[in-house]
Amino acid sequence: MMRRMLCATLGVALMTGVASAQINVTGAGATFPNPMYSKWFNEYHKQFPNIQINYQPIGSGGGIKQVTEATVDFGASDGPMTDDQIKEFKVKRGTNILHFPTVLGADVPTYNIPGVTAELNFTPEALAGIFLGKITKWNDAAIAGPNPGVKLPASDIVVVHRSDGSGTTYVWTDYLSKVSPEWNAKVGKGTSVNWPVGLGGKGNEGVAGQVKLTQNSIGYVELIYAKQNKMSYGKVKNRSGAFIKAELASVSAAADGVTIPDDFRVSITDSPAKTAYPVSSFTWLLIPEEIKDKQKLKVIQDFLKWMLGPGQKMTETLDFAPLPAPVVAKETKALAKVH
Amino acid sequence: MTRGQWRKGVNAAMLSLTGLCTILVASVLFVILAYLAWNGGRSLNWDFFTKLPAPVGESGGGMVNAIVGSGKLLAVAVLIGVPTGFLGGVYLAEFGHGWFPYLVRYATDLLNGVPSIVMGIFAYAMVVHRMGHFSTVAGGVALGVMMIPIALRTTEEFLHGVPGSLREGAMALGASKSRTVFTVVVPAALDGIVSGMMLDLARVAGETAPLLFTALGNPFWSKGWLEPTASLPVMIYTYAISPYEDWHRQAWAAGFVLLSLVLAVNVAARLILSRATSHR
Amino acid sequence: MASVSTPLAPLEAQPSPSFIKRLHAGDAVAHTITLIAASSIFLVTLLLVYYLWSESVLPRQKFGWNFIFTSVWDPVAGQFGALPFVFGTAVTAILALIISVPIGLGAAIFLAELAPRRISSYMTFLIELLAAVPSVIYGLLGITLLVPVLQSHVVPALKATLGFLPIFSGPFYGVSIFSASVVLAIMIVPFIVSVSREVLLAVPTEQREASLALGSTRWETTWKVVVPYASRGIYGSIFLALARALGETMAVTMVIGNTPRIQTSLLAPGYTIAAVIASEFTEATGDLYLQALIELGLVLFALTILINGIAQLLILATGPRLARS
Repeated sequence: MMRRMLCATLGVALMTGVASAQINVTGAGATFPNPMYSKWFNEYHKQFPNIQINYQPIGSGGGIKQVTEATVDFGASDGPMTDDQIKEFKVKRGTNILHFPTVLGADVPTYNIPGVTAELNFTPEALAGIFLGKITKWNDAAIAGPNPGVKLPASDIVVVHRSDGSGTTYVWTDYLSKVSPEWNAKVGKGTSVNWPVGLGGKGNEGVAGQVKLTQNSIGYVELIYAKQNKMSYGKVKNRSGAFIKAELASVSAAADGVTIPDDFRVSITDSPAKTAYPVSSFTWLLIPEEIKDKQKLKVIQDFLKWMLGPGQKMTETLDFAPLPAPVVAKETKALAKVH
Repeated sequence: MTRGQWRKGVNAAMLSLTGLCTILVASVLFVILAYLAWNGGRSLNWDFFTKLPAPVGESGGGMVNAIVGSGKLLAVAVLIGVPTGFLGGVYLAEFGHGWFPYLVRYATDLLNGVPSIVMGIFAYAMVVHRMGHFSTVAGGVALGVMMIPIALRTTEEFLHGVPGSLREGAMALGASKSRTVFTVVVPAALDGIVSGMMLDLARVAGETAPLLFTALGNPFWSKGWLEPTASLPVMIYTYAISPYEDWHRQAWAAGFVLLSLVLAVNVAARLILSRATSHR
Repeated sequence: MASVSTPLAPLEAQPSPSFIKRLHAGDAVAHTITLIAASSIFLVTLLLVYYLWSESVLPRQKFGWNFIFTSVWDPVAGQFGALPFVFGTAVTAILALIISVPIGLGAAIFLAELAPRRISSYMTFLIELLAAVPSVIYGLLGITLLVPVLQSHVVPALKATLGFLPIFSGPFYGVSIFSASVVLAIMIVPFIVSVSREVLLAVPTEQREASLALGSTRWETTWKVVVPYASRGIYGSIFLALARALGETMAVTMVIGNTPRIQTSLLAPGYTIAAVIASEFTEATGDLYLQALIELGLVLFALTILINGIAQLLILATGPRLARS
């Protein structure tokens, strides 16, 4: 009799042991915020050892696709989902997809010009011209003009862009579409576009790696990738006419005064604010409104709360700007939608 | 110069040229090994074999989860590929008759010709999509199906190589067909079959493309068989194309480990094979 | 008397019925199990072909054969043409063959005809080990060792001598069709050496002896008698290597530049079918995009089957011994 009770208690104990055992949640998407997410999920796992949030940086396009196919529990993208994509999600999964901003980041023009270590100033026209393939040499007037005193070589410019579907591309092309009517007409904006010129690299890492390898090249990457790899990156002229360097203050300024819609999908490129860095962007986690697995639901809800609290305090060391207070407030309310 | 001298000259020149070609080709192997050993060997440390990857951009960390992950993937692959290929090979060599064996052989050749990336998208559609998540099992299935054709061909080839006298002797003693096959013929061919399986295993151990859409990746430990997992080849790929110096260092180390294992299995397999063929 | 006139039963082993049943049952079981295994292989292959065909129906309907001949690959506009990838796949493979066949054949001739037996076996062993090196490691070495060497030594020399040719015009950024072809050449050389050597060894000794008896040098015998005799098998090895080159993914995607454009210069970046599937498959939103990639997979598969088929026929024609290798 005692033996039986012992076994039963042991059994129950084991079961509850199992119940509080490992919970694995998988997410995939943008490489833009990957340094931040990688750090966050690592820290979160340290604080809650039984929770593993596995984030795979396969590109924003991949994040949107895989969360729609429900092969991952959540997605991530710096290009907000289009209306068509949101409709496709609703049709395939029977519930809505919600966007939750996490941090603010910036696309910087990073370059590798032998002999040039200065921070170059880029005008919107110069950037559009380079990526359209119309400006082909580094010593072109459009580039040299705003950079007196810098000796630019007469070499051909090698453009590097993304070969995979990318939110970073979305941010870059969104900006170029706003400042260059020719770009808007010829190429447009999107996570994957028909690039007029250039080599393709996979992920932010691939583009950074390619620029590092290739002399006289220029690419666009999230700020932290340029910084972590000690690569040169330039200032961009904003709408107010000043050449702004991407950093915490200028990126945060881009979100000043922007009305945040209820679904959080908003573009902050080419901001009118005086000190704003013009190629800044939110990046979002894509969370299904209804999550059937209740364990995973709790993990995601808890993480989002953590992300809006202690998580926001960790962004600055990685050169991502924290979310503005009104956005945090609005998001905290929106958390209730996830069920 | 006489015609004879000319011909002798051409003979000597061509001998040296072809010898040069051989040295060129063989030296590639040494260059690869040397480069990996130098760059990878230097980067190997205890951390590599015991620690999990560090967050992006931070140095340190290791690939222990990728090493274990590759092991698990190969375990699933062997479970799927070896029995199926072996039994299929036995069928073709011993039991099949009529037109069906031709169909099977043709299908096997077709399967062998499938590029690994296509196998990856097939496994994504059949396993990942249906299960609703990336997993070790999906990766193992992709690799296992890739193993089947060579496992089958090797088995069939070496079973055919067993002399008919062995079979006839067994049957004359009253053994049934199946008994003959499994207790006499297969053991006689076993060395060759095992070596073929080992070569097959070494080949899929280095495959990366099919894993991109099936096992995905994981910065943590992958528990069980239904979670995404890190693997050595995918880590090498991811780290190699990145800009981080520390990741390059780790890619070398991983490449060195992977290549050492693959070559070790290859050498062992060929030694077994040469022992098998010398007994014939 | 009745018993005397009864014919004796013929002398034969009379095992009990249950033993016979057991015998047959064992055979039947083994036959069934192995048949199931063989059938499952057949079914999986069928399933694979069916999947590739049925999941590419949208672009096949929309573009038809034009899919292979259009060069625009624009996911945003929904325009998908396979030509840049077919071009890249074909050019890299052919260029890889041009580089590897002379060297591979040269090595095979040396190992089969001219080298002492011991050296031949050891060298062949080493060269066959090359075939075991994983693709991703070739890619790793491609990025870190080969591309810089090409950039600093090979391409400048090439441009200095042959730079006037349009195929060597334009700037060289390291990642390019040329780099991918060189990496592929290194990867397929072991196949050419291995199979060609086997084919050459299979040529009957009488042919060689006859030639030598007539006063030929070793080289003349090899080049004018042995090689032509084995030529079909050698072509077979070339096709085998070609099939391998077509499907290579990782090494190619790491050094080719991933640019879906057709350009005359080999020094420009390009793209292959395998590389684009690897890059874009996980993110192809929208059914047309995804199915266009699957159709690319179908095209590649069909191409590989064709080449493999030709290879088998050629090797078969050289002798039954080689047919099973």
